[in-house]
Amino acid sequence: MADQEASSLELRNEQDIVRTRQAVRKLSQALGFSLVDQTKLVTAASELARNTVKHGRGGSVRVESLEQSGRRGVRLAFVDSGPGIPDLALAMTDGWTSGGGLGLGLSGAKRLSNEFEISSTPGIGTRVTITRWK
Amino acid sequence: MNERIPILRIGDYLLVTIQVDMHDQLAVSLQENLGEKIETTGAKGVLLDISALDIVDSFIGRMIANISSMSRVLGANTVVVGMQPAVAITLVELGLTLPGVQTALNAERGMDLLRAAMATEGGADGGSGS
Repeated sequence: MADQEASSLELRNEQDIVRTRQAVRKLSQALGFSLVDQTKLVTAASELARNTVKHGRGGSVRVESLEQSGRRGVRLAFVDSGPGIPDLALAMTDGWTSGGGLGLGLSGAKRLSNEFEISSTPGIGTRVTITRWK
Repeated sequence: MNERIPILRIGDYLLVTIQVDMHDQLAVSLQENLGEKIETTGAKGVLLDISALDIVDSFIGRMIANISSMSRVLGANTVVVGMQPAVAITLVELGLTLPGVQTALNAERGMDLLRAAMATEGGADGGSGS
């Protein structure tokens, strides 16, 4: 797997969520993703970026284009050093919310991705990585 | 962050066209501004045009549902029009089906729905007056 291109974006506020959506849109467009695939990836990115800003108290996202045996893809890694998620299985449940939202952020982002990984340590932070292939 | 989404009044209806990539606060203030506008104008219907939105995530989806419920409580019907097909596909996969939100393919059909609702309600009002 060769890294074609990678960049890192700060996630501190709502404007950074918008910037993340735009960066992911631009990359998936450049890689020739279909409009539906672009929309799914950008929507997943928006959910996870909001989690990082609102629940993770800010962090960053690494946006990476991938090439694996001729397939192109985009990988996004959201990292924060916020309070962490004590019960990951519960947090991945549809409708579970720590407050304010619809509780579709994590589970929805997982459904919109081809690959999804999450790790979280209370008091240390959370890392969510998603990949979507063309 | 001082942008504002314009709310246009056309007779008994309000027209809102979202033309920007909304950050969350803008969505929240739209809801508040629209509430005030319904109150001051006594509008009977709201046409919410989201044809320029290239994504609807759970936050924006919740805003759309809230606008619809709030308008109903204030006596106005809301019709959401112009959702892009890719957005609709994604929204369903995300798990958001916008229950209770009236939608139409385009602005013209949306206006037809609003007019029809107003005609029905107008008739009911007339009948109950004594």
